[in-house]
Order: sequence, then structure tokens, then C-alpha cells
Amino acid sequence: MSSILVILETRQGELRPSCLEAVGAARVIADANGCAVVALATESANLDAAVIGAAGADQLMIAAAESHSADAAAATAARVAKEISANTVLLAATVRGRDITPRIAALLDTGFAPDCTAVDANTMVFTRPICGGKAFSNVKVNGDVVVASLRPNFFDAAGREHTAEVSEITSEVAKAQVIEVAAQSGERPDVAEASIVISGGRGMESPDNWHLLEKVADAIPGSGLGASRAIVDSGWRPHSEQVGQTGKTVSPELYIAVGISGAIQHLAGMSSSKVIVAINKDADAPIFKHATYGIVGNALEILPELAAELEK
Amino acid sequence: MEIFSFVKRVPSTTANVEIKDQQLDTSGCEFEINPYDRFAVEEGLRQKEAAGGGNVTAISFGDDAAQKELRTTLAMGADAALLLKNDAADSADAATTAKVIAAAIGERSFDLLLFGKQAVGHDQHGVGAGVATRLGIPCITEVISLSISDGQVTAQRGVEGALETIAASLPCAITCQKGLNEPRLASLKGIMAAKKKPLESVEVEIPALALIVESTQPPASRPAGRIVNNAAELVDALRNEAKVL
Repeated sequence: MSSILVILETRQGELRPSCLEAVGAARVIADANGCAVVALATESANLDAAVIGAAGADQLMIAAAESHSADAAAATAARVAKEISANTVLLAATVRGRDITPRIAALLDTGFAPDCTAVDANTMVFTRPICGGKAFSNVKVNGDVVVASLRPNFFDAAGREHTAEVSEITSEVAKAQVIEVAAQSGERPDVAEASIVISGGRGMESPDNWHLLEKVADAIPGSGLGASRAIVDSGWRPHSEQVGQTGKTVSPELYIAVGISGAIQHLAGMSSSKVIVAINKDADAPIFKHATYGIVGNALEILPELAAELEK
Repeated sequence: MEIFSFVKRVPSTTANVEIKDQQLDTSGCEFEINPYDRFAVEEGLRQKEAAGGGNVTAISFGDDAAQKELRTTLAMGADAALLLKNDAADSADAATTAKVIAAAIGERSFDLLLFGKQAVGHDQHGVGAGVATRLGIPCITEVISLSISDGQVTAQRGVEGALETIAASLPCAITCQKGLNEPRLASLKGIMAAKKKPLESVEVEIPALALIVESTQPPASRPAGRIVNNAAELVDALRNEAKVL
């Protein structure tokens, strides 16, 4: 039986949950084509076979590597793909996933569909945003093995009762070495992975007003904080928070744009969010054309009211 | 230090994109150097300076129009430019592009390859790591800080919720993220000097594409939204109507 290989993402021995969505997508493709799903951790990690199995995997392979190197991970993944005759290799389109995906494709001398938001399990046509989300293309990999990375928040883990069968394998040697992984301060999830994102723009008027946004974020568990390009370019917020075509593309369940007018390059980065809220004092701001709900008014006055309502 | 900085001519990020016959139509777009590639050119110039000598060669896989972007890199300070010319270059996916570039530069001597972390437009995030893998050299992606000394490379990059420090040896490939540097603008003197700098053009073949684009469509249209009066109405709608809280 042919197999679908899913590369799990781990960091400092712990699973990064967004990759379970890729395991779920693999299950859907496997069921349509009569394949098995093999999940691979490319470095030693503390993994629960019941969690990986529940997400959709039949087998869980764990490589005995202490290195977090991307090239070693790709080499291990490509070797396993050959050993199990994988017809498809899936990854999460995170920073690490985007790093490893093209390497696996090069090692297998095939193509890859990056940053996909949907897949047709029968035809293996993937849908993916281009031009930062201003358009979507339907693409097909032309090669013996289909390699694809999947955007977080677009696919679901299978959610079944199953414990994956665990085996240990050897890993490949690293060229580049990760010598330190420092968790960034703060407990909030990254904007690219958060299921709710609250972003601020020029309407926030000053970096000193950011605590108003943080107060709202504190009232919504699991929310991440973002910013428009103007804010990042002004040095008010770090680039890691920038949402837009030259920042991060996000597609959360809920996106709250506060004091953001909606420049085209910002819209490109967030318009695939499921529900969009716009708070802006300019009723003609382009952001309102994309919003599910809008409030016309001064963000600095509305944010404390919003925080108070959310805490009720 | 011999440095290659890769640049791509892309539709401007401020451009609206048109779709004609289910294909992307960029004929009405303004074009520019991929914004992330500007970091790659700037970093090349800085690393050459830090090393106390060498050459920065700007390389583009594109059609003749890309000569304009290569001239811009020469005006910024690159020493030479190389066009890997094919009129169908823009149809090539990242895996195919990596194959073409690896084949074209594999015989040349270099210490450092610098790429943008992605080309805006196709947004595939794959050429730098693909080229490095095909050449068998290390690659560090999405780099925001880079130092090189005695052939040893130390780089930092942001991943979701953490900062990684990664070490490798030259020759090495780096893909550049915003924050790495502030790209310089070309000076008038630089623009004049660029006219005399060498711009080599080499025809390259494109193998069978590794990713086939079957069709392209605009984003799904969003249902019309509504204006609510205050925070209380908003929270009520998010909880009871949209059910996202």
C-alpha cells in the first residue's frame, strides 16, 4: 500500500499543534485513495501516539536526532519518503515548514505546492493564494511525489479514536546547526497561527496606546496581536507582528482591524480571515468593504468599551 | 568574498492584479525588484565591506526586461550582474527555478548566496533552500541578523514565537527577511557608474515545470457586512451570530 508522509513539527522536544491539521488533510487524501498515513518527527520529541493517531496518522516514526537542523530534517524526510514509497509528502506552512518543503522537493527531484489553503483529494489539485492573497491559483505538482505545505487554520485534524503505531528510525547528518532557540517574551500565539488576531494601525495614534489593544487581547484567550506596515515601519511594533503582503498572511477565525484603513497590501494579508471586524473613524475607509462587522468611531474610545464588554 | 545576490522582477505590491481567461494578467502592473531581494543586495554589499574585499554579483532569472532591475542593483553598488535569460522565466515554479539556477551557477566559484525569503507574486518561498539543497550546501532561511567571520556563519531568524540562532560554514545560502538591514537607495553617482558595469546575459533552458497552474481566480467574494453601533452590539454579534467568541 502506498503512503502519505506528513512531517510533524516539533520544537525543543514538543509538538507544534498546527502540523496536526496537515495530518488531518493527509487522512482525507489517504481515505480517498486507499493509502496509509505515516507521520514523521524528524528529531526526538515527546509525542503522544494517541494524539498523532487521533489527528489521522496510522504510523508514527520518530527519528533519533538531537539536531533541529532543517537540512537534516529534509534529508531524513526524503529518505523515509523513498523507503515507504510515499506518493505525497505534506507539511505545515510555518517558517520551518516553508524551510524544509523546497529541500524535500529538491532531494526527491519533484515539485511542490506551497502554502495551500485547499486540496481536492481525488484530483490532487491544490488551491493556493498568490500575490499575497489578491488571487488564488489551482495547481498540480508534476512529479513522481507530490510535496505540499498547508497554511495553518485551513485544514482540520481528523478527530478520531486511534493510536498510531510507533517506530524509531535513524536521522541524517546536519550541515547547518541550530545552536539556540529562545522563546520570545509573552504568552500570545504568533499572528500566523492564532485563531483570533487583533491588529492596530495608524488610528492607534501612538505606541503608548498599545495597552488598549493588549487589554482586548487579554480578554480573548488564544488571541494574537498584529500591526499594519505603517506601524512596523515607524518602529512601534516588531516586524514579527506585521500583517500584509510584506509581513505575515493570516487567516484566523476572527480578525479585528483597529484603526487600519485597509491599504491593498494589508488587505492581501488578512482578507481570507473568516470573520473580519473593522473599527475606524473614517466611514469611507476601504477596510469596511471587507468587514463582516464595522464600528465607525475613535478606536481609542471604543477599545476600552470592547474590553469591558468582552469581560462581561 | 565572492557573493551572489539573487533578484527577481515582480509586480509591485501596491498593484491591483487582473485575471483574464483564468490566468493572472500582469500586463498592466508596475514592476519592481522583489522587496525581499533588496535586502539580499544590501546584505551582499555589507558583507563584502565587512570581509574587506570581494565581489557582489546580482543574478536574475528572467526575460530581458529584468535588465532594468539588474541595473538598479548595479546602481546600489553591486559589481557585476548576470541575467539568466529565458522569456518564459516567470512561468517557472520555485522548484524549477531552483533547478535552473543551481545548474547555471554550479560551476562558478562563490562563498555566499543571498536570496529574498520569497518572491512576492508567486509567494512560493522555495528558491534559496532549493538551490542550496541541489548544490549540497547549507542554507539558513528568513534571516534577520547575519555575521560571518573566518568562514563561519551565524544567523538569527524568527520562527512562530521564538528566535533561532543557526550556525553554518561557507559556502552557504541565506534567505533574507525584513529586519536584516535597511536597503540603500541608488545615488546619482551610483546610477552613472552602473552604466559602465558589466551585465552579462546567458540563455538558459527551462526543464519541464514541476508545478502546473491550471487556473487562477479572484478571492471568493465576502458577504456584505454591516455597521454596528457600539462595542456591546459587536460582542453580541460575535458571540451569538458569527459564534467566533
